[in-house]
Amino acid sequence: MDVRRRIPVEPQDVKNDPGQISEIDTDQDDRVALDSDAAQDMEIRDESEDDKSRKGAKTDLSKTIPSGTNKVPDFLQVYLSVLPLRWQNWVIRGIFTLLMSLFFAFVVYLGPLALMITTLCVQVKCFAEIINIGYAVYRIHSLPWFRSLSWYFLIASNYFFYGENLVDYFGIAANRTELLRVLVKYHRFISFSLYIVGFVWFVLSLVKKYYMKQFSLFAWTHIALLIVVTQSYFIIQNIFEGLIWFIVPVSMIIINDVCAYMVGFFIGRTPLIKLSPKKTWEGYIGGGFFTIIFGCLMSHFLCRYDYFVCPVAFDEDLGRMSMACERSHLFRLEDYALPSFLSGIVKMLSLYPVIRTYPFVIHSFYFALFSSIIGPFGGLFASGFKRAFKIKDFGDVIPGHGGIMDRFDCQYLMATFVKVYISSFIRSPSPQHFYSQLLKLPTEHQLVIYKALQESLERGGYGEYL
Amino acid sequence: MDVRRRIPVNPQDVKNDPGQICEIKTDQDDRVALDSDAAEDVEIHDESLDDKSRKGANSDLSKTIPSGTNKTPDFLLVYLSVLPLRWQNWVIRGIFTLLMSLFFAFVVYLGPLALMITTLCVQVKSFAEIINIGYAVYRIHSLPWFRSLSWYFLIASNYLFYGENLVDYFGIAANRTEPLRVLVKYHRFISFSLYIIGFVWFVLSLVKKNYMKQFSLFAWTHIALLIVVTQSYFIIQNIFEGLIWFIVPVSMVIINDICAYMVGFFIGRTPLIRLSPKKTWEGYIGGGFFTVIFGCLISHLLCRYDYFVCPVVFDEDLGRMSTACERSYLFRLEDYTLPLFLSGIMKMRFYPVIRTYPFVIHSFYFALFSSIIGPFGGLFASGFKRAFKIKDFGDFIPGHGGIMDRFDCQYLMATFVKVYISSFIISPSPQHFYSQLLKLPTEHQLVIYKALQESLEREGYRVFVKL
Repeated sequence: MDVRRRIPVEPQDVKNDPGQISEIDTDQDDRVALDSDAAQDMEIRDESEDDKSRKGAKTDLSKTIPSGTNKVPDFLQVYLSVLPLRWQNWVIRGIFTLLMSLFFAFVVYLGPLALMITTLCVQVKCFAEIINIGYAVYRIHSLPWFRSLSWYFLIASNYFFYGENLVDYFGIAANRTELLRVLVKYHRFISFSLYIVGFVWFVLSLVKKYYMKQFSLFAWTHIALLIVVTQSYFIIQNIFEGLIWFIVPVSMIIINDVCAYMVGFFIGRTPLIKLSPKKTWEGYIGGGFFTIIFGCLMSHFLCRYDYFVCPVAFDEDLGRMSMACERSHLFRLEDYALPSFLSGIVKMLSLYPVIRTYPFVIHSFYFALFSSIIGPFGGLFASGFKRAFKIKDFGDVIPGHGGIMDRFDCQYLMATFVKVYISSFIRSPSPQHFYSQLLKLPTEHQLVIYKALQESLERGGYGEYL
Repeated sequence: MDVRRRIPVNPQDVKNDPGQICEIKTDQDDRVALDSDAAEDVEIHDESLDDKSRKGANSDLSKTIPSGTNKTPDFLLVYLSVLPLRWQNWVIRGIFTLLMSLFFAFVVYLGPLALMITTLCVQVKSFAEIINIGYAVYRIHSLPWFRSLSWYFLIASNYLFYGENLVDYFGIAANRTEPLRVLVKYHRFISFSLYIIGFVWFVLSLVKKNYMKQFSLFAWTHIALLIVVTQSYFIIQNIFEGLIWFIVPVSMVIINDICAYMVGFFIGRTPLIRLSPKKTWEGYIGGGFFTVIFGCLISHLLCRYDYFVCPVVFDEDLGRMSTACERSYLFRLEDYTLPLFLSGIMKMRFYPVIRTYPFVIHSFYFALFSSIIGPFGGLFASGFKRAFKIKDFGDFIPGHGGIMDRFDCQYLMATFVKVYISSFIISPSPQHFYSQLLKLPTEHQLVIYKALQESLEREGYRVFVKL
């Protein structure tokens, strides 16, 4: 690990750095606030040995959590040392923003399976960062094995959620082997048993004088799981609907982030919220404006390719995932007449008063609205959390940016929104899911349903299709 | 509220009172432990005004949470005052145990709708007790309106979960009126929006110097919701499978409670776990033994009546819930031959065959779970109370404590029953699935029809196609 290096920031940088959503920047205001609070730092005592040895000591969480360190490789440091320190920070951030974007594009290119694995890795790292904070907050060093309980719950919940996804989408293929068939059929019961084992383990592990810490960490683990694992479950489901349902929302959050920062940088003036003094209304609104424009453009562009648009299906013949389909109406070009006040202007420019685009772009407009209006609150929530526990960043995996959670805090709300949006407003383009549920029923029931369905379809006048 | 009255307990009562699962009782050992810990009590301060005024003060949570009080009506106390204090405690507990059992039987008699409403009330009261503890622990008195945020989240999650249940079971009836149809169709989106409003409200409500407390209470609220609201969701679903799927598990937890206590009282000797020194292995195993016996007997008795056995459906013609059905195979008498070692004994006097319902086999597994794993719910609650140094969750029920004290073991049980049903019990009728199928667009129905036709033919069923 590199030697800790604080990047000093001059006071005038504070005025020039407004509008950055999703992470907390060191600035003089924040540093002053942190120092004055540190004297009356948080103490949670439970008469454990940890507390007795530290009684009265100042607990500065930033020393325990790896945050604010700068893990820039040395060779880069050599090149950058010619620049003023402030510029160094920006170049590092810029380089790693580019690297992350390229990595993201590469994983998308590799396909849905790579995306799922990447989601899993990101999830595990986020969970580790949140749990590390909890362990530092509650100072539970005398029970080193207690940490494994949190990891056990992570594994158990991933087994449950990833299993649900796999059962839904690969259930038919999995039914071939006996072992998999048993796992598929009793999936929920197995997952529940795993949870009960963890629960019993927790109760048996309670140690006198550590009760409150252990309960607090138990709760912390559950909250972290709620945030991290359920979101990755929704992300995977969105990916199966079609890669575009994943790429567009994720990109919109990133675009909103970057554009709000830039607009705030240039014309930011009115503070937005006391919680984050560097955010401005100009950044908020300007960021939203550009998110809508760039987001809709990107959607229109991505809609042209089957690779992004088709639901991901497991092709049994090919033995792998395939994205070949007959496009649903959402992804077929349509002409939209402009509203009358715009069409007059457009006609003067001798253009057609008609926009030819995909219906999906309408939905991406709503995604853009959500990511601009509500998305930043995810970042504010994470900022507040970091202030509450007096840490600068969640971790230091990404130089210049902080931990993984620092980059992904806004994404979580978005994934849930997209999932709820799809299940409410977009009809599932394929009945595959329902059919696989149907096959789980016993055969007598299938027959009953078959006969009833036959009658219903005939009554509806579809007799000739049967 | 009555004047607080502590019931002193003599040391020899400690030896005589082992084995009570599911609640923590005052005894000398506990009281000594509480006092010595109270001096270094939990302090979470965030430089807020509350902390500055209380710095160094001994914050004894039992003074803030209404626990250990005895809300017995005065007229009862007059009669009881002739007895020694220890007996008073037992008589009060006994009376209210009886009252609660009668109330439970009455609600069951009133029907599924009354059960759902009672579940909702119990849930709200449990939530209130847990939230009260959180607010006392974190001492967040300077933000009185913050409490309403927790209540908002309770309402929003109940809207989601009760709505899901109602949409599933009454969807067709609800689709008649226009506003209901919109609510049904966009139920998840509306629930999600309600949650987002609460989330935004929380972020906007963050006040400098109170951040940690607010985040802690936000987390506390979510945990309380996770425990309380999801369980009541599962309970309602179990009720719809048939009242017996609700009554038998609930009764088993209660029976396990009482029998473990009694066995421990009479022959309890070996301590079970350091967390609760009064529990014994004899109580644990003896309680399990009796739970299996009494549980299976209750199941057998209840299986005879359609009222308990049939799934609850909303009968559109009658306009209300009905429990009339054709019994599934689970509830039809069958003969089971005893295993060899038992049948030898039985042949001497009785037939070596037991005539009972298949459901009783399932209730055997329920009894196993409620005896083996169920007590851990109670231990969890005991540990929680010790961690936060409170005696009871509340004082709603005289002699017993709060609502949570009575229901802490039930929560695991409800989830277990739900998971068990969805994994091992084949739904008695495919009606529910068929109604979901009809909601799909017709092209999809045709696709499914064709695929189903092929699948059935492959399995050897000849399906005739009408021309």
